Amino acid sequence: MTSQTKKTNIIAAINEAIAQAMEADPKVLVLGEDVADREGGGVVGVTRGLSTRFGDDRVKSTPISEQAIIGAAIGAAMMGYRPVAEIMLMNFTTVAMDMIVNHAAKLRFMSGGQTGVPIVIRMLTGAGIQSGGQHSDYLEAWFAHTPGLKVVAPSNAEDAKGLMLSCIADPDPCIFIECVRALGTTFEAPVDVQPIPLGKAKLVKEGRDVTIISYSDMFLRAQAAAATLEQQGISVELVDLRTISPWDKETVLASVAKTGRAVIAHEAVRSFGVGAEIAATINEELFGALKAPVARLGAPFTPVPFSNALEQHFLVKPEQIIEAAKATMKVAAPTSVN
Amino acid sequence: MSSAVDFGPTNQAAPNPATQVEMYRRMTLIKQNDEASRKVIRSGRLLMPYYSPRGQEVIPCAVSVNLNDDDTICTIYRGIHDMLAKGVPLKELWAEIAGRITGTCKGKGGPMHITHPSSGAMLTTGVVGSSMPIANGLAWAQKLDGSRRITVAYFGDGATNIGAFHESLNLASLWKLPVVFVCQNNRFAEHTRYENCTSVDQISKRAAGYGMPGITVDGNDPFAMYAAAHEAIARARNGAGPTLIEAMTFRFFGHVFGDDDSYMRKEEKAEAISRDPVPAFRAKLIADGIATAEQLAAMEAKIADDIEEAIKFALSSEVPPPGELLRDVYADGGVA
Repeated sequence: MTSQTKKTNIIAAINEAIAQAMEADPKVLVLGEDVADREGGGVVGVTRGLSTRFGDDRVKSTPISEQAIIGAAIGAAMMGYRPVAEIMLMNFTTVAMDMIVNHAAKLRFMSGGQTGVPIVIRMLTGAGIQSGGQHSDYLEAWFAHTPGLKVVAPSNAEDAKGLMLSCIADPDPCIFIECVRALGTTFEAPVDVQPIPLGKAKLVKEGRDVTIISYSDMFLRAQAAAATLEQQGISVELVDLRTISPWDKETVLASVAKTGRAVIAHEAVRSFGVGAEIAATINEELFGALKAPVARLGAPFTPVPFSNALEQHFLVKPEQIIEAAKATMKVAAPTSVN
Repeated sequence: MSSAVDFGPTNQAAPNPATQVEMYRRMTLIKQNDEASRKVIRSGRLLMPYYSPRGQEVIPCAVSVNLNDDDTICTIYRGIHDMLAKGVPLKELWAEIAGRITGTCKGKGGPMHITHPSSGAMLTTGVVGSSMPIANGLAWAQKLDGSRRITVAYFGDGATNIGAFHESLNLASLWKLPVVFVCQNNRFAEHTRYENCTSVDQISKRAAGYGMPGITVDGNDPFAMYAAAHEAIARARNGAGPTLIEAMTFRFFGHVFGDDDSYMRKEEKAEAISRDPVPAFRAKLIADGIATAEQLAAMEAKIADDIEEAIKFALSSEVPPPGELLRDVYADGGVA
């Protein structure tokens, strides 16, 4: 049996997921700046049509008040609702960090399990479109460093829909990162997308020589790098992490155990990034099986610049991923010292 | 109160005799519980950050006798009086304060994070101002449910200078949420006097900026406080939206147990204590023939026994087992 597919994009996929969840569960709500149709259905139209279809009580545009948005979502969630809150851009979560980190993430624990906060916080981000230093950051490491939050970052339309369905159904707060550069990209996706379990990576392509691990927009660059490497005779195993916290150690470790080499690439700055956590875990678990040091790629330790000329140097390029993978192939096995 | 504030007419709803006695019972519970708390800390039997609500008893008692059991509240670290007034049970409260597994939150929240949903006590936050955005969410749910339940957000005067206050009042008014904002103006934001950190002489004036009614009331006058709460709660329950109540009061002690309160003027503190609202209300109940001294003495003795029993229960309870460290981080257990 072949499943039917269609051409779609991430915006439409997330919209479908939210609509599907709202249809199935009257407790699912949407709130955020400009999310209702009167305001255009979201800054890039992710929530377009939802207020018309489900009513203004369930799909509410808000003032530009990030603390009030997340606070309202938290309170409604504590009372049994499932709010999907939009924070327009990831950088604007900084205005609501108290609500997200001190409250959404901790209320289940601090109440001894009495109050849960099943909210989804959606946000766009990504460099490369000249939005400058306060509209482009990938801050996933902050959230992944916070016990109580889950962090999800799909790279394509199918995963965006399947992961959004799971986030809405999840009993805990989920940070859902929408990658700005890939928003307009057309993907082939199944017509009927099933929920994709959180914490489960996708082994996109099997290979023998080196494992490349990435997520969100950067995964598309990793995929391009892998195609080039294959043409050059290097067999790449490609892992799309999809969920950053909790991350799928099993899939990553099984792959690296097989290839003996790992390259991790993300858009966020490299220092103290998600790549460091993954690299450390690989080193702890697979020290004896590694054929080369784990390579990690990320942006240089600098704010996202405005000038396109600089911004292109900020983002990790497919060529850098190719180079890093090749470098792992050139490491000589250590000679034993007697 | 030593205040030039004109509290306006107090010809609104008055508590009936039974309600007056109940208000006194809750005030006494809070007063005695505070005395017991400070004694236990001083004796070294418990180590905890303690923010005494002494002097502010009337406010949550007058509010909560207007609430139903399934109405909800959010409060702050100086909120043990709000919790007791709403009905959080003493034993579980003390066990939580003592960090025991039998506590409201299994000892994982502590005195600054008391939560007891079955009493409607949904949140105690340790962050100034953060009760309000979440109270809005509770109220939004109550409105969506089509229920007549309401939420009260308690906070101090210092919290009205943080952004969350302004965002929350705007949203609550815009969405006509069934929420009552109760500011307990005890004249100090931590160590800073009201006038040295607040741009208006009355916090209630800020309500106008958000299109909601604002009232300043003597929060240590049980009848005036009752009337203000009664009206605001009725407004919320009837779908007419939020109210900001500024309840004037005075904190008898420093910000946190152990601070030397040198930033408070001795005379004003002595004066406030001389006007202690709890014994004053006791005298009024007797003078008005609402209760006899004997009846109240029996009530007070019972409360003292209950507190003693709660402390014993707490201190004889087990501490949480190590496994609790990783439990409740997520619904399905810990993940990393």
